[in-house]
Amino acid sequence: MEISILTVLYLVASVSFILGLKMLSHPETARKGNLAAAAGMSLAIFGTIFLYQDEDGSKLHNYGWIFTGLVIGGIIGVAAAKKVKMTAMPEMVSLFNGMGGACAALISLVEFNHFAATDFTFRIFEAYDSTAGIDEDMLVLPVPTAMIITVLLGLIIGSISFAGSMVAWGKLNGRIQDKTFKGHHVSNLVLLGGILIISILLIIQIHSSFRLGPEELRILHLRNPLLSKINITLPVSVYIVFYAIFLLSLLYGILFVLPIGGADMPVVISLLNSFTGVAAACGGFLYDNKVMLTGGILVGAAGTLLTILMCRAMNRSLKNVLIGSFGGNASQTAVNKDQGQFKEITLNDAAVVMAYANKVMIVPGYGLAVAQAQHACHELEKILNERGVNVKYAIHPVAGRMPGHMNVLLAEADVSYEKLLEMEHANDEFPTTDVVLVLGANDVVNPAAKSDPDSPIYGMPILDVELAKTVIVNKRSMKPGYAGIENQLFFQPKTSMLFGDAKKVLQDLIGEIKNL
Amino acid sequence: MQNFFNWITSNQQIIYIVILMVFVGIEVIGRVPSVLHTPLMSGANAIHGVVIIGAIIVMGKAENNNFTALILGFLAVVLGTLNVVGGFVVTDRMLEMFKKKKAHNPNNII
Repeated sequence: MEISILTVLYLVASVSFILGLKMLSHPETARKGNLAAAAGMSLAIFGTIFLYQDEDGSKLHNYGWIFTGLVIGGIIGVAAAKKVKMTAMPEMVSLFNGMGGACAALISLVEFNHFAATDFTFRIFEAYDSTAGIDEDMLVLPVPTAMIITVLLGLIIGSISFAGSMVAWGKLNGRIQDKTFKGHHVSNLVLLGGILIISILLIIQIHSSFRLGPEELRILHLRNPLLSKINITLPVSVYIVFYAIFLLSLLYGILFVLPIGGADMPVVISLLNSFTGVAAACGGFLYDNKVMLTGGILVGAAGTLLTILMCRAMNRSLKNVLIGSFGGNASQTAVNKDQGQFKEITLNDAAVVMAYANKVMIVPGYGLAVAQAQHACHELEKILNERGVNVKYAIHPVAGRMPGHMNVLLAEADVSYEKLLEMEHANDEFPTTDVVLVLGANDVVNPAAKSDPDSPIYGMPILDVELAKTVIVNKRSMKPGYAGIENQLFFQPKTSMLFGDAKKVLQDLIGEIKNL
Repeated sequence: MQNFFNWITSNQQIIYIVILMVFVGIEVIGRVPSVLHTPLMSGANAIHGVVIIGAIIVMGKAENNNFTALILGFLAVVLGTLNVVGGFVVTDRMLEMFKKKKAHNPNNII
């Protein structure tokens, strides 16, 4: 009875995950969708704690440990999620993703130890049929190969996801710099290949430990088969190889993310997100647990598609992102050009230009997030609106460090949803726009993506801000953006630069406009 | 080869689930507007926290004298809970802002 209730709970939870994701796809229902998925998750968790039975029908114990773990994790999770600033959201998602990956890897560690500690003593009478003698087919124990493969997969994918997410987290908050060395990608491939080969060898080794050799068979025939026992022990090397795979996977996770430039971080986090999904699904295989399987595969598939969609938004293939032309190599390709002169604009002039425009388009980028300038930005929008200026925002799909990063940021400052234009719509409107104000965005407005086939971002769709009458670019300095490429836009006659921290500049602009 | 087919037969339920879920996951995400990408990624992140169930099972089955299993299992429960709880709360915080803004100025459509 209890186990059937649990089955129903798992069914409800699985449906809630699917519905939750579906509702998350529409702005009106998104919040309810999230709550629905959370409710389903709670059902599944508490159902498991109180109703779960394994094949022998025995229930779970160690309730003290389980609840202590839930409470500690819950308190830290809520505190971290409540305290985090909106600008640090991508890091937070990456961090939580890493926790999930680590959880999957730990499960695999415990399950492997559990498997290795099983008593494999092989009793001959199981193979002995008194009428026909020893049935040789029975002399091979059924090895749970599928289970070992699942454990290994969970370990490898979970560890990569954990280590990779930690590096992505460190990169996003500036603790870890992009690093790459000669032959990095080749050594990564070799490492990944090595992990797979060692895993296969490990499976073969375990398999062969269960096969009885000719010597053992001879002994069997001599003794009284009814009393005979053969001890099957896994050699120590099995443990060593298993932990080596664990460490190599962690190393691979680090090396995998390390060379990828910050501009590509959204793609990487999305990819690692789907990795963790697959690792969770491995747990589902292991315990024949349908809700883990459903949730894991769902996220694995959705995350993969999201990753591909994001690559497509940049007009690049996933392979290109992972092999990576951004970062180190990029700065070398684009330096040897005559950049010409850029011109600066004073705050006062900028204020006048914007206050007397008909239509102003704001292009936010990571600089806005770093400066926490979203509220000042909304303030500027309001004050321009009061003067009859039509203000809109042009959102590039990969502006910032995550897809939708800018939307979340501006939503925090109460910017109306309808004012945020997606790239295609924004590009339609630029020709009729008087002033474009670029706030800390760089690569997403770089015309080299269209004009310079040598540029590493060539082919990426960009916001065509040059179509507008005037472009004002706010940056902290002339330093190139995250992709490390110079931006021709800054040197064009219709562009003027407004240097300084985005928040400070916006506040000063607001002051100037008020004084007009 | 025989083993492989046997395995397919005995696990066909799971294989069906995997295949169907791949399509469901793709269909569900396919219609998401890019404005919701971050909350959606965060929501998906919380959902794969379902791995916590595996951690609970590991923890609940560990023998009282097996300290490795107890400690690793306990760690897995804590980390899994972080993933689930943190994930859902962060997502809710993001979406709350979308909603608040919608309710605030419904006339602000240009």
